[in-house]
Amino acid sequence: MVPVSYYLILSGILFSCGVIGFLIKRNIITIFISIELMLNGVNLSFVAFAAQWQHLSGQVFVFFVMVVAAAEATVGLAIIIAVFRTRETLNVDHVNLLKL
Amino acid sequence: MLHLVLFLVFGTICVAGAINLLVQSHPISSALSLVVVMASLAVEYLLLGAEFVAAVQVIVYAGAVMVLFVFVIMLLNAGVEERTKGSRVALILGIPGVLAGGLLVAWVLIERTGTATVGLGALPGFPKTIGNLLFHDFLLPFEVTSVLVLIAIMGAVVLASRPEPKNPEKES
Repeated sequence: MVPVSYYLILSGILFSCGVIGFLIKRNIITIFISIELMLNGVNLSFVAFAAQWQHLSGQVFVFFVMVVAAAEATVGLAIIIAVFRTRETLNVDHVNLLKL
Repeated sequence: MLHLVLFLVFGTICVAGAINLLVQSHPISSALSLVVVMASLAVEYLLLGAEFVAAVQVIVYAGAVMVLFVFVIMLLNAGVEERTKGSRVALILGIPGVLAGGLLVAWVLIERTGTATVGLGALPGFPKTIGNLLFHDFLLPFEVTSVLVLIAIMGAVVLASRPEPKNPEKES
């Protein structure tokens, strides 16, 4: 038997690592990877709560989070490719204007 | 006991992968660390009994999404990231703020969940039961996500396609 709080602590650590990566990384792709890490942390807490309350809705919600994450990764990477094509850089500090 | 040992081993691998993701400066190393995190998270799902979620985690997340990331990193020939002034400010102000926020959230969660424990395979999520739930109770959200995926596909095609040349006669 493992306390549910252990799973929640692990999920919180993963989420915090994602937020820190989002803040300190300057490469736009690494920022995207940090967002995926945050979504994974949230998924773990969903599954842990599903096991605690003996209700499968939590596991179904994980699927919806995965679908949204996949759609977000597709569109985001397409945007990254478009940005790289026009600016020739991946550093977010150099991408601070909407116009060229 | 076995449950606790497995949880600790794979939880440690998971946290080590997440910290390695932060430390590495090359995007490809970060992407491969994320694969480690996702694979060990799949084991954590298995420990909780969510078998189907674990399989989907490996196939969709560690498989499809990460292949997409690695492809884009190699396509754009991304190199080691450079440090700038903005990132140092984020480093000094951001990390203590995030740690404080994380500790607060963890404290609230632990206070609320109390001493509840889960056994090995506490809630078996077989494909049949998950499918029953997905196509009865969650039918409308399921259909809405199909529309979302369709829009995402079209958006990716439009955004990533090359802009058309201004004078087609000259180009050909």
